[in-house]
Amino acid sequence: MELSIIIFLLGGLFLGWSLGANDAANVFGTAVGTRMMRFRTAAIICSIFVILGAIISGSGTTETLGKLGAINALPGAFAACVAAGLSVYLMTRFGLPVSTTQAIVGAIVGWNIYTGSSTNTKILITILSTWVLCPIIAGLIAMFFYVLAKKFIHSSKLHILRLDAYTRAALILAGAFGAYSLGANNIANVMGVFVPISPFTDINVMNIFIFSSKEQLFLLGGIAIAIGVFTYSRRVMFTVGNDLSKMSPVAAFIVVISHSIVLFLFASQGISNFLQSINLPSIPLVPVSSSQAVVGAVIGIGLLKGGKEVRWSVAGKISLGWVTLPVIAALMSFMILFILQNIFNLTVNF
Amino acid sequence: MFGLKNTSLFGDTKKLEKEIDDFVDILSEVGLVFKSIIPTYLNYSANEKFEEMVDRVKEMESKADKITKEVEHTLYEETLIPDSRSDVLRLLEHLDEVIGLYQGNCYHFSIQKPNFPKEFHQDLIELTDNVVNCVESLCLTVRSFFRDIQSVRDNAHKVTFYEKESDIKFSALARKIFDSELSLDKKMHLRYFVEKIDRICDQAEDIADEIQIYAIKRSI
Repeated sequence: MELSIIIFLLGGLFLGWSLGANDAANVFGTAVGTRMMRFRTAAIICSIFVILGAIISGSGTTETLGKLGAINALPGAFAACVAAGLSVYLMTRFGLPVSTTQAIVGAIVGWNIYTGSSTNTKILITILSTWVLCPIIAGLIAMFFYVLAKKFIHSSKLHILRLDAYTRAALILAGAFGAYSLGANNIANVMGVFVPISPFTDINVMNIFIFSSKEQLFLLGGIAIAIGVFTYSRRVMFTVGNDLSKMSPVAAFIVVISHSIVLFLFASQGISNFLQSINLPSIPLVPVSSSQAVVGAVIGIGLLKGGKEVRWSVAGKISLGWVTLPVIAALMSFMILFILQNIFNLTVNF
Repeated sequence: MFGLKNTSLFGDTKKLEKEIDDFVDILSEVGLVFKSIIPTYLNYSANEKFEEMVDRVKEMESKADKITKEVEHTLYEETLIPDSRSDVLRLLEHLDEVIGLYQGNCYHFSIQKPNFPKEFHQDLIELTDNVVNCVESLCLTVRSFFRDIQSVRDNAHKVTFYEKESDIKFSALARKIFDSELSLDKKMHLRYFVEKIDRICDQAEDIADEIQIYAIKRSI
């Protein structure tokens, strides 16, 4: 493989790293921050399941991103990833929980604008509408689980120690499911732009199965996410945990499971096909934001408690971040493409 | 697996649950022994039976101390209930103080041997019964905090009720003592004992209030 290809892939791996550092914190942040789980345990479970989710179920959302804008040159894909990674880094510096999802979508649109390629508005609208739907669905699921958990705790009369042990086990399971869903839903952000121009070839593993070039890319992306989890997410996890310090461990579990279900819903080909088979509108397979899901779930629980605990000014600031991030990513993508094409003389579009 | 310490999590949990239950049992039993100690003392003064009962209270107090230390150790070692660990430990320490108050009362009776005239016996026994009922209600409050958080308020209300009753009984007895023909030094000596017994109820009420706050914190 040429050195240039490796360098370009590094753009995606950088984005993967930032996804591992930031978005993965949403999965285990409350568990680690509230000291219900050790960081090492969380990091190992998270890494394994992110990689599994990416390889096994990562295709659906990747196709959608591909339809939004088929970046057809490695330098172009590199520019999109770097733009997305930098804009996520920038917003994180302002303490806003943003996601790579919004950044990569903005960056792809930036590539479309720069190269004069048309943006599939239908897909773009679908993606944007899921960003509105995602926190709402997460909030509704969290409300449902909150009422259910409250009833269960009151009727079962579990000793608080037993409840603590069950919550801990549930957090591990929900976290594993969340990490799998994150891998499945968000791998498209990291490696999606490289799929049409994958430098890998399919590998036939002892005639048992074919390890496709796409899966190899996803494995690589998954490993980058895992590295992000191990090297940088600790601090973010504690921040997420402490920011949500008013939450009880049970509420933390509800947030994690609601977030995981939403990410899974928007990544599962199986559920989408099933809904179609019974003549229901299918769920679009779109990379959604794990941060949006978490914030939606937290607000959902807050509303059930009467809404007094929800800090609406913070919620407003976060929403503003969600709107500005894709715009910043698009502008940055445009600028990087300009630099690559005009200063480094690289082809960003065929 | 995965560096998890919680391979024996459920085992530790069961052990801790039992230890906390045992602790509350001890608190309840100490009260029941105390309930018999006062009439025994009043009828027979500090005789052998009375001293045996005091020794029993001492034994139970040591056992409660040991359990508190073990629970503290396990909670921190296994990082269990991180969100309410400090509340639980503070609660156990304060409950241990109630056992200490019972024990202190027994020692004072044993050492100072106050001479309660017969006319005060019934009042003192009634005050003691009320104090023990108050602590019994506290035990129920503690148990409901651990298992049935919704009942905490009802049980805590009973503790408050008995504390108020105890105040009334204490005032009545103190008034009776000071209205008597006894010399001032004796009056003050007896009042000291009545006050010390009543003090147990005050401590129980403070703890019940604390538990209500812990319960609010624990609501999901």
